Amino acid sequence: MKRVLLATLLALSTLSPALAVQPDEMLPDPAMEARARDISQELRCLVCQNQSIDDSNAPLARDLRLLVRDRLKAGDSDDKVLAFVTDRYGDYVLLRPPFKATTLVLWLGPFAILLLGAIGTFLFLRGRRGVAAGADTAPLSADERRRLDALLRKDE
Amino acid sequence: MRRLLYLLPFLLFIGVGVAFYLGFERDPRDIPSALIDKPAPVFDLPPVPGQPATGGLSSAKLAGDVTLVNVFASWCIPCKAEHPVITRLSREQGVPVYGINYKDKPEDALTWLSRNGNPYAAIGADQDGRVSIDWGVYGVPESYLIDRQGRIRFKHVGPLTPQVVEEQILPMVKHLRQG
Repeated sequence: MKRVLLATLLALSTLSPALAVQPDEMLPDPAMEARARDISQELRCLVCQNQSIDDSNAPLARDLRLLVRDRLKAGDSDDKVLAFVTDRYGDYVLLRPPFKATTLVLWLGPFAILLLGAIGTFLFLRGRRGVAAGADTAPLSADERRRLDALLRKDE
Repeated sequence: MRRLLYLLPFLLFIGVGVAFYLGFERDPRDIPSALIDKPAPVFDLPPVPGQPATGGLSSAKLAGDVTLVNVFASWCIPCKAEHPVITRLSREQGVPVYGINYKDKPEDALTWLSRNGNPYAAIGADQDGRVSIDWGVYGVPESYLIDRQGRIRFKHVGPLTPQVVEEQILPMVKHLRQG
């Protein structure tokens, strides 16, 4: 019984994922609908913030999906639709933040840290090579040599 | 000197830790408005059906004085919590408050207003939420302070509290009225 239940659950889980986009929202023109889907995937749902409006079931996400489709029907280009939404909700609504002065740290920060790490590693390794080459070690004194010889002989 | 260098990663760690810790204090729901200092959207909303006494709400009505625009709905619990604060702002503290009734059933809105009182100088019914999108609304309640020139100068997301009114809204209203 348990096994049957498990198998049923597994079979059900392979069905296509639930779509947030409802049939009544879709545009009759498949090409335009595809554009609407692409744009929707770029836009953050502001209610459930880590979902795109294409994924989210929130009422506001639905309103924004309809808005995107209305703008497309009105003849807007994809960029113009995105600009329409960012004019109202700011860059925050874009899941891929734009590259500009206020987002420099976001985009370049990781590379700056990587560079710092590389410089640090380089300096560290160079310093160690100096030690390994014996640049700053004095030759053994006569006393030290005698002790070393004694130790080596003991090993034999 | 070299010893100090060994401390560097530790100090960096402390710095990053403090930065992240401070991040806990910030509310991820508080998204900066894209419309601050920009003209309020042009709109014309009909009154809530059955409550035509004050007429609907349009951009023209907001012109001329410093006003507060409050987006509310009868189904929104925090709206009820902020309602006394808004009522006081409108009746005692002398700030004209206008309402946008967001995606509400007219009969629910009317019941809500008669039960809790109507502090709004006028209410526009935004049934499909389209005008609210123009305002950048993403969760009710939201409140906007509009200056005499019709620009949005301040936005508060979530219920207004006496503290927000005392510390942010009233000083801002005073400042905007002088300017």
